[in-house]
Amino acid sequence: MSNIKKAFENGKAFIAFITCGDPDLETTGKAVREAAKNGADLIELGIPFSDPTAEGPVIQGANIRALAGGITTDKIFEFVKDLRKDVDVPMVFMTYANVVFSYGIERFVKTCKEIGMDGLILPDIAFEEKEEFSETCDKYCIDFISLIAPTSRQRIAMIAKEASGFLYIVSSLGVTGARSEINTDLASMVELVRENTDIPCAIGFGISTPQQAKKMADISDGAIVGSAIVKLLEKYGKEAPKYIGEYVKSMKDGMSNNSVPVELGA
Amino acid sequence: MSTDKKGRFGIHGGQYIPETLMNAVIELEEAYEHYKNDPEFNRELTELLDEYAGRPSRLYYAEKMTKDLGGAKIYLKREDLNHTGSHKINNVLGQALLAKKMGKTRLIAETGAGQHGVATATAAALMGMECVVFMGEEDTKRQALNVYRMRLLGSEVIPVTSGTATLKDAVSEAMREWTTRIDDTHYCLGSVMGPHPFPTIVRDFQAVISRESRAQILEKEGRLPDAIVACVGGGSNAIGSFYHYINDEGVKLIGCEAAGRGIDTFETAATVNTGKLGIFHGMKSYFCQDEYGQIAPVYSISAGLDYPGVGPEHAHLHDIHRAEYVPVTDDEAVDAFEYLSRTEGIIPAIESAHAVAHAIKLAPTMSKDQIIIVTISGRGDKDCAAIARYRGEDINE
Repeated sequence: MSNIKKAFENGKAFIAFITCGDPDLETTGKAVREAAKNGADLIELGIPFSDPTAEGPVIQGANIRALAGGITTDKIFEFVKDLRKDVDVPMVFMTYANVVFSYGIERFVKTCKEIGMDGLILPDIAFEEKEEFSETCDKYCIDFISLIAPTSRQRIAMIAKEASGFLYIVSSLGVTGARSEINTDLASMVELVRENTDIPCAIGFGISTPQQAKKMADISDGAIVGSAIVKLLEKYGKEAPKYIGEYVKSMKDGMSNNSVPVELGA
Repeated sequence: MSTDKKGRFGIHGGQYIPETLMNAVIELEEAYEHYKNDPEFNRELTELLDEYAGRPSRLYYAEKMTKDLGGAKIYLKREDLNHTGSHKINNVLGQALLAKKMGKTRLIAETGAGQHGVATATAAALMGMECVVFMGEEDTKRQALNVYRMRLLGSEVIPVTSGTATLKDAVSEAMREWTTRIDDTHYCLGSVMGPHPFPTIVRDFQAVISRESRAQILEKEGRLPDAIVACVGGGSNAIGSFYHYINDEGVKLIGCEAAGRGIDTFETAATVNTGKLGIFHGMKSYFCQDEYGQIAPVYSISAGLDYPGVGPEHAHLHDIHRAEYVPVTDDEAVDAFEYLSRTEGIIPAIESAHAVAHAIKLAPTMSKDQIIIVTISGRGDKDCAAIARYRGEDINE
């Protein structure tokens, strides 16, 4: 059991995704600190991949910018080691299978443990192939995070029973990126999860406004936001961290606020 | 070659895909397992292949080429004579029929050179299905004629601008589209790649090439060939050309990879020769990549071979030394493109010209009583403008 459970001890969890190295690691560091200071309960750090097949255009763009800037897995490991000197919020890596596989699964996961990461999310690894990665994660007490999608149906119980850390519920079909509406029957998915596991579950994909985050948090244990944050980095570059701080605060407040939240300028 | 339950070829293959797609590939596998043994399905498919696509394709004795090279006897398996001009139609008719039986009404596909896109657009027109083809923007320029053909056939062509704007990005975009719309949509993958069951399904539908050539060569020569030569991008025409000879140890199987400007340069797409083991586009196999697993921006003059990976069954045949994978450069392929046109009056696709180029090297090293079968996977009309440009001549298409 890693620190991930702590992320769910402070009301509904707000989970923020940030691509490492977009536009540079110094900005990533500031963005993580701002997000943590303003209420993010868990940070997903994206290790860029050349061909991120689960991402929409916004996060694809961040991956390309970061790689063009010369970011590598080793540089990110050094960065996290340094970040951990003053940042204690739970953190997980989100990347693609080949980034971990090519580094050497054991070498990658062992380093994750040494630098103070808590978990690993690989969106291109489903239940059938997870053992190759999750066994090593178990060995080093790194939570290998499982995902559930709107198409999972009868697979939910099987996935939930073996889930670790928290369950990542994909809100809708398609790739990452803001959506005006989310129509999946998420409540019944969460219900199926609850019948099969005690670990928390959070909903991601398509969430950008405090209203959406609150709606998701009301039926689950938290909300995951990526593209909306990455968009701020795309727009403000090195100046983005303070805007990310404000945004995270509005989201975390919105999630715990029981009165009707004020619509932010989209 | 048998596959276990997760669709493995040795250590290669598998199902490395987002959870969103898992039920779709499970549903596809179940449908395929059912229909592949269904006599009615097979009767319909055979009728389409024979009456519509024009099978069986010829096994042609290239006498002038044989005499010119002065070595082994060369036969050409003429997939270029199929309807739509390439081997791609074999797989597409199978998958479109399967999709229709599964109740799907829409096909999506990726395409590199445009041959698979044209074949899919053709099958969609024939079967009354909607069709969307993803094609790298770079390739839409290299293969403008095929873009027009797809649109003429009623398909939508979406130019892909992400990444290197070539075949790998078209595959990524088709996968993204499939996660967005699954219920009515079948992803008609064009090569022996991607997650299980695609490498097996596409292989089985392309195996018609070697099923025919084996019977044809036995009839013409009374013996099996000494070598089979085919080009390899993802590897669908090659696996189709190899499949029914895999257990015949005396038959050498040779895949020709696109070396681009050479395997000692970064401008290459020769995956087996320059890549390493990785996980991408749903499969474990060999990929051109850097030390951190970032997929390399590969290059070849041939849009159809311009892919950083290779099908998992080829990776396995390489591991067990059953097949050999040789690099062929742009220069060699263009020379072969011109050579076959001049010598036999057959203009091969630039992809197939990679196989011809290797046969030109190989034949003189063999004796006159030996036999090589070269698969001409497609015809070269689509490449004429690009080859003219390569030779410094600008022609209007």
